[in-house]
Amino acid sequence: MAGALINAPERAKRGEIIEIKTLISHPMETGYRRNQSGVRVERDIVRLFVCSYNGTEVFRAELHPAIAANPFIVFSTIATESGALAFQWTGDNGFSVTESHAITVD
Amino acid sequence: MAPRWGLGAVMVLIVAAAAVAGEIPRAERRSGYEFMSRDTRAMQDDDTANPAMLWVLEGEALWKAKAGAAGRACADCHGDARTTMKGVAARHPAFDPARGRPINLEQRIMACRVDRQEAPPLAYESRELLALAAFVALQSRGLPIDVTVEARMQPFVDAGGATFHRRQGQLNLSCSQCHDDHWGRKLAGNVVPQAHPTGYPLYRLEWQGLGSLQRRLRGCLTGIRAAPYEYGVPELVDLELYLMSRAAGMKMDAPAVRP
Amino acid sequence: MGMPPSRREFLVAAGAAAAVASGLVISVRPARATPVAMRDAIGKVVGAAKVTPGRVKLELPPLSENGNTVPLTVSVESPMTPAEHVKAIHLFTELNPQPEVATFRLGPRAGRARVVTRIRLATTQTVTAITELSDGSFWSDTAAVVVTLAACLEDV
Repeated sequence: MAGALINAPERAKRGEIIEIKTLISHPMETGYRRNQSGVRVERDIVRLFVCSYNGTEVFRAELHPAIAANPFIVFSTIATESGALAFQWTGDNGFSVTESHAITVD
Repeated sequence: MAPRWGLGAVMVLIVAAAAVAGEIPRAERRSGYEFMSRDTRAMQDDDTANPAMLWVLEGEALWKAKAGAAGRACADCHGDARTTMKGVAARHPAFDPARGRPINLEQRIMACRVDRQEAPPLAYESRELLALAAFVALQSRGLPIDVTVEARMQPFVDAGGATFHRRQGQLNLSCSQCHDDHWGRKLAGNVVPQAHPTGYPLYRLEWQGLGSLQRRLRGCLTGIRAAPYEYGVPELVDLELYLMSRAAGMKMDAPAVRP
Repeated sequence: MGMPPSRREFLVAAGAAAAVASGLVISVRPARATPVAMRDAIGKVVGAAKVTPGRVKLELPPLSENGNTVPLTVSVESPMTPAEHVKAIHLFTELNPQPEVATFRLGPRAGRARVVTRIRLATTQTVTAITELSDGSFWSDTAAVVVTLAACLEDV
C-alpha cells in the first residue's frame, strides 16, 4: 500500500527554513464509533510521528483520535546539512511506517 | 372582473412550467468544486495535501505490478498511463460491444483484470480497484467530459434519465428535484450541488476515504430512504451515464475532494 | 405528554424496531467530554503554571464543511533560537469525546513555530491551543467552530 506522501525540497541553502508536508494513509479509528450491530469499534490510530534529520530528532507529534483520518501534518525545520530526513509513524496494532527523503544543502 | 376560468388556467400554467423547469441551462452548470469552502478547495488544489493522492500513488504502483495467471502489468499493454490513459475516464461510461451495453471505468478495469491479466476480479469499492480508477481518472484531469451518446447508447441514457427524474424512496424525492430545481440552496448545513460527476473517484470528507460515483449514488438513495441499487447493476451504470452526458463538456477534476 | 406511559413506550419501541428493520443505522451519541474535562487535561500539561492568552495564534474555519476533517493552523511568533523558542504546542477541545487532540514538540531546529494539520470536531465548540515556551511560560489562544452533521447520513 502506498503508505505515505512526503513533500519536501530536494535542495536548500544552509540555514534556510524548509517546510515539510506529510500525509499518511490511516483510518484513525477513534474508538468511539459503533458499528451496525451496536458494537464499539476498537481504537486504531497513529499515535506518534517523528521526524529526524541525519539521526537527530527535529520534530515530534503526539496524536490522539481527534486527528482526522489520513493524518496530514505540515511543519518546518532548518536545512542544516546534506543528508536524509527520516519520518516515522507508529501507532496501535503495531503500526509502523518509515520513509526517508534525501536533501542536498549548499 | 376576471373570467371564471382564469384561476384554473393560471394553475395549469404554473404546474406545466414546474414540470419543464427541470434541466439546468448549459451556461449555468457549475462543478461541485465551486460550492465548496475555500479550505476544502485548497485541499483539492494541492497534490501534496490531497488525501486522494494516496490512492493515486497506490494505483500507479498497481499499474506497474505484474498480476494474474498471465503475469501481465497494466503497463505491459498500456505503457505510460500519462499518454495512453489520457481522456479515458472522461469518456466513460462507454459502450462495450462484448456486453452490448455501456460499462463504467471500474468495470472496464475489472474486465481487463479478468480477461487480459487472468486475475481474480477486484471487488467493487475495494482499495485496489479505487486506486487504479483514481490513477486512471487523474490522467483526464482538466479535460472536458466527452461521453459520446451514439444511437446505440441512447436507450441507456434515457433509462438513466428516467431514474434521475423519478420520485423514489420514503421521502418520495427525485434526484432532479434537488439537483435541477434546488441546487445552490441548503439542505441542513450543506449546499446542494448540481450533481455533475466531474471529480470521481473522489475523497469525501464524510467518508474519510476515497470512493466511487456509485458509492455516492447509493448514499444519496439511502438518504431519500430508497433501497440503494447493488454495485455494478445496469440501473446504476445507466444513471452514471446519464449524469456524465448531462455534464458533457465540463472539465474533469478527478481525483477531487468533496464534503 | 398526556399519553399513558405504556403507549409512549410502545411507540418508541416500535419506532426503534422499524428503524432497525429498515436497516437504518442508529448512531449512539458518544459520551462527550466537558469543558471541565478539558481544564483537567490542560492542568496535566501546565501543572500549577499560569496560562496567559496571547503569543500563539490558532486558525480554524468559523464554519466547518464537515466535522470529520477541519483544517487547523497553529503558529507562535518566536525567534526560535536556543535561548528563546517554542518547546511544544498542545491542542484541546471541550466537547469531543476526549479533550486531547495533539501535542507538537518543536525546538530551535524548527526555524519557525507553525504547524498545519486536520482535526475532527464532534460538534460546534471552541478549540484551545496552549504553547509552552523555553522560559517555562504558557500561552493560549482559542477559536470557535460551527460544526453541522451531514444532511444525509448513509450506511457505511
